Amino acid sequence: MADTPQGCARVTGAVLGAPSPEEPVAQSADGTIKEEIMTARVGQKAPDFNAPAYYKGSFANVQLSDHFGKWLLLCFYPGDFTFV
Amino acid sequence: MSAVADKYQELQDLGVEVFSVSVDSHFVHKMWNDHELSKMVEGGIPFHMLSDQAGNIGRAYGVYVEAQGIELRGRFIIDPDGVIQAMEVLTPPVGRRIAESIRQVQAFQVVRASGGAEATPAGWMPGDPVLKPGPGLVGNVWKEWKPNE
Repeated sequence: MADTPQGCARVTGAVLGAPSPEEPVAQSADGTIKEEIMTARVGQKAPDFNAPAYYKGSFANVQLSDHFGKWLLLCFYPGDFTFV
Repeated sequence: MSAVADKYQELQDLGVEVFSVSVDSHFVHKMWNDHELSKMVEGGIPFHMLSDQAGNIGRAYGVYVEAQGIELRGRFIIDPDGVIQAMEVLTPPVGRRIAESIRQVQAFQVVRASGGAEATPAGWMPGDPVLKPGPGLVGNVWKEWKPNE
């Protein structure tokens, strides 16, 4: 896969279908901010997202739903260069 | 993540694709792979290492810790329909056991192949008998399966 041009913007993962930070947040009459939180649960659809990735010497963009149709193992971990 | 990479071929043989996610940039992922992980796993990390610097994905999966800016050790098995079948979340000091993830994938694959007609009892391993839930099995699981066998 060809390298994607890399600027200096701080690229990050983004959940698809969730309101983006630039969009006005829905506010109810009493002034409290209503935030729509997607929460992963077993038996429910996995929240879709895209994210920049490192993959075998290149940079790539990954969208989870592009890989639906296969079994997927999604592993979060605290950080690179940690010890466990 | 090197432990998962070590079992990558076995996962691929089961039709499983792997994605790792942390709050580090993909640039740092490259450095970690080049300077450390490639010394633990021949050829380096064979799967995509995703960057979630703002914690957006971690929040959606319930593993992002706001106070620390890190993601917990969350492991999710997603079936071909995009449905989460299993999740396990550990605090940072204890690592996962990848063999258990593989066992669970194999169990879910058996259940899926049966169209939901079969279930795998506790401790099931590939090759072990499965249960066929139905009226005849009610009260009769003891005939089919014992916890100490």
